[in-house]
Amino acid sequence: MNMLPNDKILPGHQTPNRPLLRVVIVGHVDHGKSTLIGRLLHETGSLPEGKLQTINAVSDRRGVAFEWSFLLDALQTERDQGITLDTSQIRLRTASCDVVLIDAPGHAEFVRNMVTGAAQADAALLVIDAAEGVREQTRRHVHLLHILGISQLAVVVNKMDRVGYAQSRFVEIKAAVAGELSELGFSAVTIVPAAARHGDGVAQRTPALAWHSGPTVLEMLESFTPAKPLAELPLRIPVQAVYRFDDRRIVAGRIESGRLAVGDEIVVLPRGATARVRSIEQWPALAGSPLAAASRAGQSIGLTLDDQIFVERGDMIASPQQSATAARLLRARVFWLHEQALCVGSNVGVRVGTAECSGKVTLIENAIDPGELAPSKAQAIARNHIGEIEIALTHPIAADVHVQNPRTGRLVLDFAGRISGGGPILARDGDPAGARGRAQEGTPLAAQAGRLNALLDALPAPERLARFCREVAGRLVFTTSFGLEDQAILHMLHEQDIDIDVVTLDTGRLFPETYQLWSETEERYGRRIRAIYPEHGKLESLVAAHGINGFYASRAARTACCHVRKVEPLNRALAGAAAWIVGLRADQSGHRGATALTAVDARGLLKFSPLFDWTREAVQSYVAAHRIPLNPLHGSGFASIGCAPCTRAIAPGEPERAGRWWWEQDGKKECGLHNAGGGKAVAEPAQP
Amino acid sequence: MSRLDDLEAQSIFILREAFARLRRIGLLWSLGKDSNVMIWIARKAFFGRVPFPVLHVDTGKKFPEMYAFRERYAVEWNLDLKVEPCPPVEAVDPTLPPAARSAARKTEGLKLALAKYGFDGLIAGIRRDEEPTRAKERVFSLRGIEGRWDVRDQAPEFWDHFNAAPPSGAHMRIHPILHWTEIDIWRYTRREGLPIIPLYLARNGKRYRSLGDTDITFPHASDAASIDDIIAELEATTIPERAGRAMDHEAEDAFERLRVTGYL
Ligand SMILES: Nc1nc2c(ncn2[C@@H]2O[C@H](COP(=O)(O)OP(=O)(O)OP(=O)(O)O)[C@@H](O)[C@H]2O)c(=O)[nH]1
Ligand code: SF4
Ligand SMILES: [Mg+2]
Repeated sequence: MNMLPNDKILPGHQTPNRPLLRVVIVGHVDHGKSTLIGRLLHETGSLPEGKLQTINAVSDRRGVAFEWSFLLDALQTERDQGITLDTSQIRLRTASCDVVLIDAPGHAEFVRNMVTGAAQADAALLVIDAAEGVREQTRRHVHLLHILGISQLAVVVNKMDRVGYAQSRFVEIKAAVAGELSELGFSAVTIVPAAARHGDGVAQRTPALAWHSGPTVLEMLESFTPAKPLAELPLRIPVQAVYRFDDRRIVAGRIESGRLAVGDEIVVLPRGATARVRSIEQWPALAGSPLAAASRAGQSIGLTLDDQIFVERGDMIASPQQSATAARLLRARVFWLHEQALCVGSNVGVRVGTAECSGKVTLIENAIDPGELAPSKAQAIARNHIGEIEIALTHPIAADVHVQNPRTGRLVLDFAGRISGGGPILARDGDPAGARGRAQEGTPLAAQAGRLNALLDALPAPERLARFCREVAGRLVFTTSFGLEDQAILHMLHEQDIDIDVVTLDTGRLFPETYQLWSETEERYGRRIRAIYPEHGKLESLVAAHGINGFYASRAARTACCHVRKVEPLNRALAGAAAWIVGLRADQSGHRGATALTAVDARGLLKFSPLFDWTREAVQSYVAAHRIPLNPLHGSGFASIGCAPCTRAIAPGEPERAGRWWWEQDGKKECGLHNAGGGKAVAEPAQP
Repeated sequence: MSRLDDLEAQSIFILREAFARLRRIGLLWSLGKDSNVMIWIARKAFFGRVPFPVLHVDTGKKFPEMYAFRERYAVEWNLDLKVEPCPPVEAVDPTLPPAARSAARKTEGLKLALAKYGFDGLIAGIRRDEEPTRAKERVFSLRGIEGRWDVRDQAPEFWDHFNAAPPSGAHMRIHPILHWTEIDIWRYTRREGLPIIPLYLARNGKRYRSLGDTDITFPHASDAASIDDIIAELEATTIPERAGRAMDHEAEDAFERLRVTGYL
């Protein structure tokens, strides 16, 4: 064991304006979270003098070898039982930033403490024992991170010494973990090997892990970024109190989002009265202080208004142009931590910002035990489970939906005098289609799309897909060209037994490899994929006019070919459908950046891209993890594969779609499938 | 916003939540650097005046400089000061090691004050970086009947929503500067121009980093004669802050036992 502190880094004190990053360490019980923190502290020279000797004595007294975890596990029961009971925090200083390391317990009994710690984090490190792999709390913690809104995640495959530092074992775990994570929307997650107890891969590259060329754990920490205050969102100030210590009536609260300046008009919710800001108060009064004229998200302030409108604790001050909604019914995705399950009919306390009232649960859906991956049919959310609720409130309270404002778009539930759950708000009764979460007759498509986005955005892709198919009535069509994304979606449909129309457009010009994959895919999933062909008359005229490879001659000839071979057949495939499911991703090319989860297609149907926020790496790890059949051409540099004469391989670093119609200048390299008629807010792009 | 502004904004938020959510609260003033910062922030939170009593639970064994500081600033800061005595050491758990037993007098004094005023919330200036069991604290931490801390059953606390409904007879400890570090305290003291007890500055090559009872608190070797010097010293040192507090070091579990029975 290397006991020499790394002298390059100074002790655990911070200078005032280095970034301060909060990182929680999560994972299954005993996988080595506390040990990793202890070792990180040691290797960065953050431990106070005499600490190692103390831990040595404490370990000796219990007859165990030197236990790094005792640095964090300070309670007697924790040391006696060798597990972490409650979360704690400790500072570490790296070369580039100050880090608050948050230790979380992995034992199922203490999930509430894990949530307490994780909710404060900007980023998370997931620790997995190399010998044990993904376990129940590994999954549960990842689900909880997701619902807590923590999107920065990296994985440490720990205890590599227990598997002889074998690279093969690491690769195996890495594939499995990447697959599970991508299903939850954590894409392109960095995964590194380590042996925390021995210091391998923690802050230093050691010979035992010489085969690993990626970052150390410490380097991964430094790659995270701290959360920023939400100054750019609309103004929200939950009112903490109104003070009348002298002749002023000072409204006190913290600005959760937005900015505020003297003279601004504000609205006070839920009642909706408006006034202007007369002053921003502070003590001691400092002449010329910038706070006195304008403040912004993150500051705790006091203000006075020009009009004596009624304001009390629990109100929310908002910008009148972009106000929040006074809701009496909320739909939310929640985690539940109380021993007594949350049921339909349960009465609980509901808090949003500083507003509080009682609420009655009127509906529970999609309850799952995130440790088991198994959906539960139960109309209840048991302890440490997750589900969706609708809750009717005794008083209206001002709330946002989470996708619009993460801080005022979440609720906290208390039960029997104790905080017991919480999660993102998906919808409110004030929203266009109502918080019932069902498609309603006559709802304009755009509103339905908006509602579906609020409902589905926070969900992992397979659940999005399943929910979408349940929520939308009518015929649903999934078009596949057997690309990576399409194959991933087909797999998700198959795994969840979702029976919808699966269609491919056979242009007649596909690669032999694509036809081979088509047949393999049918075999693997035991189903037929419906082929749609060009109309033979039109095709015959096209070839007669332009020649068999006429598309190289001009853009007009190319679009004519695409029209006959793809667009017209697609229109036929979609005729009368309620929704079209596609494998688009927002980052595929500059032009596809406008891709939304649910959009309205100009053909008068919903267009749903369940993988819109995935990266290519996430899709790759997902298909690898599930051993999904793939087009062998991906292996030879083909990224996006369409018709053979019109697709070439791309060089590393070229944009993904550079290999399509490469002879045309970049701009709109689309075949017309995804921009038929150019519906608004849907200006979007392509497939085969 | 600078780091210190962030820390201050969060502390103000917590103090205002405590004042709004609990029935009757008091602030524990140990006269040290941390509780002085806390009182200053409370004055900012409530625009100049601390709107609840400030308690000094007095062991009678503080340094004379500390008493002088108390008398002066209670008046200058317009505090509603309550000085509460502690029972003699004989009234304290005899199984504790000597220094811890001496420190535990404060716990007993606290219990008497709680009963006398009927507080359901006490604001205390502890920090996570001082000591590992303090690092496991909640911002709003329940103390049961007899002031006990049930560390195995702390309630969830997240997104700045706090548990503040203690059953009758119990109370909450509120920790508004839990997230600060020792050097943050000194940087803030310097920035805000706060007064300090001179014992923190070196005299004859020694200074105190943490102030407690005279008989169980020891100075360390230092030449830091100004706040700037203290900050420079802290940037370089690897000696823990509470090294000079005897009760922390008598036995592995001494501090935990103190805290479980109601110590800060
Ligand atoms: N062989 C080996 N053992 C390790 C390694 N890292 C941690 N351990 C041991 O695994 C055991 C559990 O480690 P902890 O750090 O307490 O695990 P934890 O994840 O914090 O556990 P909980 O907090 O209780 O969930 C301890 O005995 C560690 O010494 C490692 O790299 N190799
Ligand atoms: S991609 Fe090429 S071959 Fe295929 S339809 Fe379009 S132009 Fe014709
Ligand atoms: Mg642990």
